[in-house]
This record gives sequence, structure tokens and C-alpha cells, in this order.
Amino acid sequence: MNKIKFLILILVLILIGCGKKNDGKNLSLYSYGDYVNQEILDIYYKETGIKVNCDTFATSEDAYIKIKNGGINYDLIIASDYIIERMIKENLLQELDLDEIKNFDLIDDRFKNLDFDFENKYSVPYAWGTVGILFNKKVIKKNNLSWNILWDEKYKNKIFMYDNARDNIAITLKKLGYSVNTCDDKKLEEAKKELIKQKKIIQAYLSDAIKDKMINDEALLALCYSGDALFCCKGNKNLDYVIPDEGSNFWIDGIGILKCSGKKKEASKFINFLCRKDIGLLNTEHICHSTVNKKVLEALPDEIKKNKIYWPSEKDFKRCEIYHDLGDVLKKYDVIWTEVLAED
Amino acid sequence: MRKTFLWSYIFWIIIFIFVPIVLVCYYGFTQEKNNLFFFSLDNFSRVFKLIYIKVFFRSIVLALICTLICFLIGYPVAYILAEKNFKFSSQLLFLLLVPMWMNMLLRTYAWFVILENNGLINFVLSFMGLKKISFLYNNQAIVLGMVYNFLPFMILPIYNSLKKIDLNIIEAAQDLGANAFKIFIKIILPLSLSGIFSGVTMVFMPAVTSFIISNLLGGGKFMLIGNLIEQEFLRTGDWHFGCALSIILIIIIFCFDFIFRLGNKKNNNDNYGGSLF
Repeated sequence: MNKIKFLILILVLILIGCGKKNDGKNLSLYSYGDYVNQEILDIYYKETGIKVNCDTFATSEDAYIKIKNGGINYDLIIASDYIIERMIKENLLQELDLDEIKNFDLIDDRFKNLDFDFENKYSVPYAWGTVGILFNKKVIKKNNLSWNILWDEKYKNKIFMYDNARDNIAITLKKLGYSVNTCDDKKLEEAKKELIKQKKIIQAYLSDAIKDKMINDEALLALCYSGDALFCCKGNKNLDYVIPDEGSNFWIDGIGILKCSGKKKEASKFINFLCRKDIGLLNTEHICHSTVNKKVLEALPDEIKKNKIYWPSEKDFKRCEIYHDLGDVLKKYDVIWTEVLAED
Repeated sequence: MRKTFLWSYIFWIIIFIFVPIVLVCYYGFTQEKNNLFFFSLDNFSRVFKLIYIKVFFRSIVLALICTLICFLIGYPVAYILAEKNFKFSSQLLFLLLVPMWMNMLLRTYAWFVILENNGLINFVLSFMGLKKISFLYNNQAIVLGMVYNFLPFMILPIYNSLKKIDLNIIEAAQDLGANAFKIFIKIILPLSLSGIFSGVTMVFMPAVTSFIISNLLGGGKFMLIGNLIEQEFLRTGDWHFGCALSIILIIIIFCFDFIFRLGNKKNNNDNYGGSLF
């Protein structure tokens, strides 16, 4: 019988070990990989004694599905605009108390009250950027590019694309002259055909690995987010980034508090902390994505502030469209992307 | 006392094998609308679309190629290791197992350093004035990754079965005038068949279901059945279709296991490890 008691004891110990401590001394954050400067989390720990644990995901869709299906609990999430829109619709986010987040005033008006979360009831902008082409300017000596270059046979096996459905389909739609939020079946079918055609000349579909690979000159062209592009250009002087002529996507990631979190107060404090000028500065310089904070922008050195990758011109900005949650049509996007990947 | 352990085992099977399979079947045969589940065969009719059949076909072909290569490399290696005059066999066996202490993901990532456009091999090639070759992101790279990862699973069972062969039988054959070739064909090969079949099973099964190797070394371009299931569960969240795919995959694996088992039975060997049944 002693053996059984021993077994039970072990089981109990394991179960205790699995239980999460809930003493208000820690917060959990779910975010893109390499998207929050560890240094600021350390500062927060020093200032408040609250430890913020950051788990990462590769794409917003992955995160959404994990949260939607339950089984994981986080207090805070950093996600893309259209995913936030969807999470609001599906009641996965808590309403924010903006009185708790005083630094919200520091955020540039152009990033407030956007369609996906009007009046910022559920999310506070975190960072923003565009989608464009990262290219090797030593080989491709051009100032303006069209999306068509990513379909050019000349660059066979010299192109990287992201491995997510939304970005690939959106830029294909843009190439064809449609909106990034197209729902029309015929137009989507056209985009699918283009993507299948493109697959033959692509070297690989990657996610974060694109950064390292481009810095190491593994390819000449890549689909890239502006912040990542800036990071790559710092690492490899031959690289440059443009927003193609046809226009592109302008994205804005926000931070929100998940419904399942019981620590709204602590989480709000952390969001407030993120919006602080010194913290925003540390963060944007590390992650390279553009800041949403007007005070941070003022404080940035000229070389970053005036960099057209970090802060595109008004003209470029106007050419870009924001993603919307397309509801059930997104399922079509998923099927299209699955079939593109399954094709030879 | 023994009964309690038996019950804990049964409990384990129910929780971790039986319940999940029931759930997979439940999801596979249903569709969801407005949070309501209803019976449907749509998932299966989608599985049998040409495009997904191609994915299954590709997975099986790559896994078979991988198994064949593993066998062609693994058998001679096992043979040399089992040789009674071979001094370093235990050391070599140890070396064979050492890489398996490391995480498979890391081992696969290591190939990038070697195969990349600016990797080790291409560095040597360009140093010698030759043209660079792109090794990564194609079918060959995937097969290479699979063979590298699964080779020990082929070598070890064959080695075991070869080691078990009674040397007196071979000596008897030699006394009766059989040459080395004849001994191999008539004695060693038939007696090692059980090891071969168990090696084939143990390589084929992980190869046909693998998704991380094809994802990394294939650059996401060559979708195998494992990738498709991963995509449905983690990316698109269509668990119903994912479960339908899993059911078909289970059936395929059972079929192949059955074939391998049949081959083994014919050679009346009783000790067949690594089988599902």
C-alpha cells in the first residue's frame, strides 16, 4: 500500500506544480516573437516587483486560434488590427479603463479611433508599420518597385515570402489592382492562380527566419514588414525597402486585456507603463517597428525619425490600406492558402 | 497489488489513447455551425479532392524513398557493426546514438549551416572556383533530413537481429562448401528479415507523418500530410477537416503496417518489434 500512497503523493505534487501562482506578482503576455524588449520587462520588475512573462507566437492567426479554443490563459495580448477586431466581435477582450491608462494621451491621434477598435475601448496601439519589399539594391538598382518583381522569372529561387495567408493574398490582390480586403470570389480565385504561379519561383516561405536569411544574402527579394526591414538594413548595408507602386498594407498592432484575465488592474498599469516615453523609446529602438507615441517620435534621433522605412512619407502612407476582419470570408483565404501550399 | 497497476494502465490507455481517438472521429464526422455540431461527410469529400490526394501521395513517396535509402545505408552499417571480428563496434554504436541525445529540431537546424546558399558546402565550392548550388528547399533536402534523423531506427533493429544469428549455422554452411555470397543470401539475409521489417516500420512511420523536417528543409513549399494537419489545427483552426485527415492517415499507417507484417510473417519469424499490433 505504501507504493500507492507514494504514487498518489507524486501525482499531487505534479498537480500542484501545474497550478499557476496567482498572487498578483506576475503577468503573462502573449506577443509576436522578438516584439517586446526584454530590458523594459526587467525595468518593470524593478519598479513594481511584478514579473511579466512573455510567450510568443509566429502569426496573429495562430494566437487567435489558441485563445479561441481555450486551454491557454494570458493576461495581455499584442495582436494585429484585424485580429483585434475579430476578438472584439467574439467577446474575447475586456473593455479597458482609459482612466487607468493616463499615458494614452501620448499616443498620436492618427493611430487612435481607427475602424477596428473605434474609441479604443478594447486596445491601445502598440506599434505600426507597412508591408513592402526588402531587396538587395546592389543587384536591383531601382528606387521604385512593383509587386510584379516578386513574380519575375529572372529572380527564380531568390525570393522569400511570408508563410501566412493574409499577407500573401493581400499583396497579390494589390498587384492585381484590388483592395486588400477583397471578398469577391472571382477576384480571390484570380489571386490564388497568381500565387500558385509564383510558388514555382519562390525559394521558401518563412516567418521570422526571413530576417537572418536576408542579412546573410540568402536571397535578393523578400516580402517584409517595415520594422523587420529596418532591422535587416542595419545588419546588411546592401538592403533597402520600398512600398511598391500599387500600394500596400498599413498595419497597426494593439495591446489588449484578455477576457480570461483576472488581473485587469495590474494589466492596465502595464499598458500605461508601455506608453511611457522612456519605455517607448527603449522599445522602439530595440524592435525597430515604428512607434505610435508622439513624444517618443520627437525624442528619436534624426537618423531614425527621418528614415523612410521607419516613417514613410505622407504619399506612401496614403497608398496603404488597413486590414479588416472579413468574418467568414477569412475561411476562404485559409482554404486558398492551404491549396496554394498543397500545389506542386 | 498487480491488479492496481493493471488498472492504472487501463486508465492510461482510456485517457490518452481511447478518448482522443473517439474525439478525432467525432470531429472528423461533424461540422460546426453557430456552435452546433451536426453529422457531415463534407470533411471526407474534401480530403478526396485531387489536390489533397496529391499531398498524401507526396508524403508516401518521400517516406518510401527515405525508407529505401535508410535500408541501403543501414544494412551494411549494421552488418559491419555485428561482425564478430570488428573491434570498435561498441564505440561506433555509441557514436551512432550520441546525436539522438540532442533535440531533433536542433539537429535539423544544423543542416542549414551546411546547406545554405552561403553555407559550408557552397563556401568550399566557391573557394574552389565552382558554381554555387542551392541545396536547401527541395525534395532532396527533405529526404536528406529524414534519412539523417531516422537512420538509427533502421540500423539498431537490423544490428540486433544480425547479432542473434548463431555462428554455428554459418560455420556449418561453410563446412558444406557454401561461398560467402551464398551464405549471405541463404542464411544471413533470411535470418535478419525480422530486423529489416521492424526497421522499415520504424523509419516509415515517422517519415510519413513528419512535418517539422519538411517545413524546415522544404521551406514550406512541399506540403506533406503532417504539414497539412498542422496547418488545419494551428493556422486555420479547422479541426474538423484536420481530424478527417488524421483518420485517413491512421488508416494508411495501419495498411502499411499490415503489409510489413504480412511480409514478416511469411518468413516465420516471431520476434518482430516496432509493430503496431
